[in-house]
Amino acid sequence: MDMPVPDPAILARKDRIVAALRAVLPGDAVIADPAETRAYECDALTAYRCPPLAVVLPRTTEEVAGVLRACHALRVPVVPRGSGTSLAGGALPTADCVVLGVARMTAVLETGYADRFVHVQAGRTNLSVTGAVEGEGFFYAPDPSSQLACAIAGNIAMNSGGAHCLKYGVTTNNLLGVTMVLMDGTVVQVGGPWMDAPGLDLLGVICGSEGQLGVVTEAWLRILPKPEGARPVLIGFDSNEVAGKCVSDIIRAGVLPVAIEFMDRPAIEACERFARAGYPDCEALLIVEVEGSAAAIDHQLGLIAQIARRHDPVELRESRSAEESMRIWLGRKSAFGAMGKMGDYICLDGTIPVSALPHVLRRIGELADGYGLRVANVFHAGDGNMHPLILFDANRPGDLDRAEALGADILRLCVEVGGCLTGEHGVGVEKRDLMAVQFDAPDLEAQLRVKDVFDPDWLLNPAKVFPLDATAGRRAA
Amino acid sequence: MPPERRPASEDALAQILREAREPVAVRGGGTRGAPAGGAVLDTTALTGIRLHEPGALTIVAAAGTPLAEVEAALAAHHQHLAFEPPRTGPGSTIGGVVAANASGPRRVVAGACRDSLIGVRFVDGAGTVVKNGGRVMKNVTGIDLTKLMAGSRGALGVLTEVAFKVLPRPETRATVTLRGLDDTRAVAAMAAALGSPFEVTGAAHGPDGTHLRIEGFAGSVADRAERLAHVLAPFGTADVTEGEGPWPAIRDLDGFADAPGDLWRLSVRPSAAPGAVARAGALAHRMDWGGGRVWLVMPPGTDLRARLGAVPGHATRVRRTEADGIADLPPEVPALAALSAGLRARFDPRGILNPGPTTA
Repeated sequence: MDMPVPDPAILARKDRIVAALRAVLPGDAVIADPAETRAYECDALTAYRCPPLAVVLPRTTEEVAGVLRACHALRVPVVPRGSGTSLAGGALPTADCVVLGVARMTAVLETGYADRFVHVQAGRTNLSVTGAVEGEGFFYAPDPSSQLACAIAGNIAMNSGGAHCLKYGVTTNNLLGVTMVLMDGTVVQVGGPWMDAPGLDLLGVICGSEGQLGVVTEAWLRILPKPEGARPVLIGFDSNEVAGKCVSDIIRAGVLPVAIEFMDRPAIEACERFARAGYPDCEALLIVEVEGSAAAIDHQLGLIAQIARRHDPVELRESRSAEESMRIWLGRKSAFGAMGKMGDYICLDGTIPVSALPHVLRRIGELADGYGLRVANVFHAGDGNMHPLILFDANRPGDLDRAEALGADILRLCVEVGGCLTGEHGVGVEKRDLMAVQFDAPDLEAQLRVKDVFDPDWLLNPAKVFPLDATAGRRAA
Repeated sequence: MPPERRPASEDALAQILREAREPVAVRGGGTRGAPAGGAVLDTTALTGIRLHEPGALTIVAAAGTPLAEVEAALAAHHQHLAFEPPRTGPGSTIGGVVAANASGPRRVVAGACRDSLIGVRFVDGAGTVVKNGGRVMKNVTGIDLTKLMAGSRGALGVLTEVAFKVLPRPETRATVTLRGLDDTRAVAAMAAALGSPFEVTGAAHGPDGTHLRIEGFAGSVADRAERLAHVLAPFGTADVTEGEGPWPAIRDLDGFADAPGDLWRLSVRPSAAPGAVARAGALAHRMDWGGGRVWLVMPPGTDLRARLGAVPGHATRVRRTEADGIADLPPEVPALAALSAGLRARFDPRGILNPGPTTA
């Protein structure tokens, strides 16, 4: 993966740049010692690393504005960072950039239970947003699996999803407004604690823009009353095709589960060895969770069982208690840990139309055989968001390259069947060079125009999202 | 004035825009507000449902397809557009719904039109075809122009195709109604209902009462409606009725949208709605979205914003009696106005698409 050559003029001015940052921030908020900036050299995509010029950790919107004004005046690129949990390299620094981390901005500014919103600083972690409102019976719906660590700022940047999107949507559907600082230091409020905003939907374009347009410092988030209850059912099948058909039939029957998780044989076996959740020995496994009142749960689980039985499941295990629910989820929730035990892996997140599921799983198997690699599939089947895990050995020469090449082939396959490169992780640097697979030149150009308007000097989060050749002229400008 | 144009394909539409020398007024069914000045560019020949996959909860349609056709196709599979678009007449097109980001009572739980919209194709002001999003409901690939197009009223491009995530249509519904509540008590009752775990899908208040909707499978609806009525006991004795109830009328502003006077729409946090209404001195008003959206009929020529003062939120005049120098759209702060103007200038460099303020 290529990155632009760092600007030697910026590297040469490091002392002046750091002095300018210290002028607008308290002493403990500026990190310039190379031994300390190394802690920020990568995010959760650890294959790519590069220590930044400096790191700043502001505490307020005003401090963020001060940093951006200074960097804008000195023409220094800025890489915004939430908690650094991006799987796509969304917060990967460049050697000539200032990393702007919002991890110290964690305050709850207002809770409006009667108006069903919470106003937080954007560095607050996803799970602690729910933590702040659950005492009153509310929760924040998007639940990426990194929710213990990931920041709302990063969730907004990547438009993060989670396991419960089928019912509750992703970040953009739960975001009411933001306070954002533009690269020139201008502070804007877009939206707010009400349900719609006049004029163009700038909030819609900001959410998911991967730090290309501004630095989000505060957010108004929609909160929802917690459901009365939730219960899963585990269903095993002897083929991926039949499991895929069952997913489609459940949806067609008018049931709207909060989650439909799918695991194939390699994933089931890995999880079983690791977590011993008692999963059946089968080709494909579904975990379908429904929620609501006791009556609603019974009715929906009854319907789902009826549909599943038509497909001759090898096992159908309806949870009857919190304990049984926990056991059903145990394997699935430990899937990534289980894979980690087996070696190195790359986790993809292309989305496909649900109808293409059997075809795509078959093709992934064939592609993996061609590369001599193994792929386990764990994914959100209700919304078609795949998570193929490509297993490889980082110590074996050439294995990472082969795994990345297989990953690119799988993502091309996702686009070919009518899907997309990324359903919830974002493009970052990881999928940047594949954008041309999904978008024609005019489609990309239209996206670049938005960047031109918000960040005309192209200083924010450089070399992400867009293929370098598509942005060369603009970055040099 | 150049003749009205009604292209039958995206290519033909793109050619018209490439060759256009004068402003165009983009129009679907013409049922959601008057287009700006210019030669009419009619999208109603771009029709047809391109894909409907009930098992994947997705539908894709050409922008000029009648809303009624889309809704009928979905209804045949017991599905619907979750955002409950208001019906504005038989000519209403699905592209017009998107251009206006038109959303009904269920918006309070299911989101607005823009939340169901998962993909678009459009032709920008230079005549270039652009696609964004797609036909899958989880997609974070690149900048989200799909949401940007929703509610943009043709200012950035002419929609040619739109794709939606759809949802199962609830099997049954019931309405829990409280009567005789003033605005403050009504908003408090609606907040209690929307904060309950009973999955309330509509919360509206008007002269005929305060209505709360419960939807889903038959047994569960009756159970939840009864328990909701119990929770609302401090606000009075509630009636529970089955069936469609008042919701189509609430959705379409029946008997209210045409009332004499200027029609205003107020978007505020619900708890601020009663105070705002008290200050407005309206001829009549209705609340939807638990009080988050307030419709007001004002005496012609009243500057509602001046009356409201510093209420956080915004007020839009949807219909005026006559030109009176009062802006229909709420003022944008300069930094946001500059961003919006920048986007318009880049997507429509010659300024030919629906010139004039962007309405929403």
